[in-house]
Amino acid sequence: MQTIPIIKIEEFLIVSIQIELHDKLALQLQDDILREVKRTGAKGVLIDLTAVDIVDSFMGRLLTETALMVKILGAETVVVGIQPEVAITLVELGLDLRGVYLALNAELGIALLRRIRRRG
Amino acid sequence: MIEPESVEIRVMVEPKSVQIRGEPDIVTARQMVRHMAKDIGFSMTDQIKIATGVSELTRNIVRYTEGGRVDVKEIIRNERRGIEIVCVDKGQGISDVELAMKDGYTTSGGLGEGLPGTKRLMDEFEIESTVGVGTKVVCRKWL
Repeated sequence: MQTIPIIKIEEFLIVSIQIELHDKLALQLQDDILREVKRTGAKGVLIDLTAVDIVDSFMGRLLTETALMVKILGAETVVVGIQPEVAITLVELGLDLRGVYLALNAELGIALLRRIRRRG
Repeated sequence: MIEPESVEIRVMVEPKSVQIRGEPDIVTARQMVRHMAKDIGFSMTDQIKIATGVSELTRNIVRYTEGGRVDVKEIIRNERRGIEIVCVDKGQGISDVELAMKDGYTTSGGLGEGLPGTKRLMDEFEIESTVGVGTKVVCRKWL
């Protein structure tokens, strides 16, 4: 079975999605992220969607829920790398990714996680 | 008198179908549609809009029905090229289509973006549903 690697760098977890996500794999990833936050005590999760071109309402909802679940565990989530075409589609579809921190790319995402951490 | 040369627009892309029986077929269907949209000549943005719409429609089939089918073909109307996607299922049907087309309406605890969102992503959207028989959604997007 396919899995998506979760890498810990300093106090953050990095998740870069490089394959087409079907629903089961996306749910598995949500579970894995939460387990890894708990296991490592990470303070932030960076989810990189640079290689993802289909974000439908299921996936959008999953991202929003994951960010909330991670927050409940005491960490924060930043989603980075959303392609312009995906942004257009998300807005037309009516998804607003409410409550999810967003950044243009991984570098800015890490900077944002650090800022949130200092603030919090 | 010389007739003006008429350039006939012909369909270039083969029609395709995907049976929707389970969740992995959602990915198969949207990838297939995306490739066809690309072959027809749609921009990257439109390819993604079309594929995302198909993802929504096929997920409805998987979630609410025993199964269904997606037929996709290139179409031409008034010398304009486009793509037509027909989703058919043998589900219970939707008793109030107007309600199902409203933003925020859902029967499964989802957020209900599915149908109205897909309509916004496409140029044309028609839905026909008969309770006890099933639902048919036809959508088109033009180049």
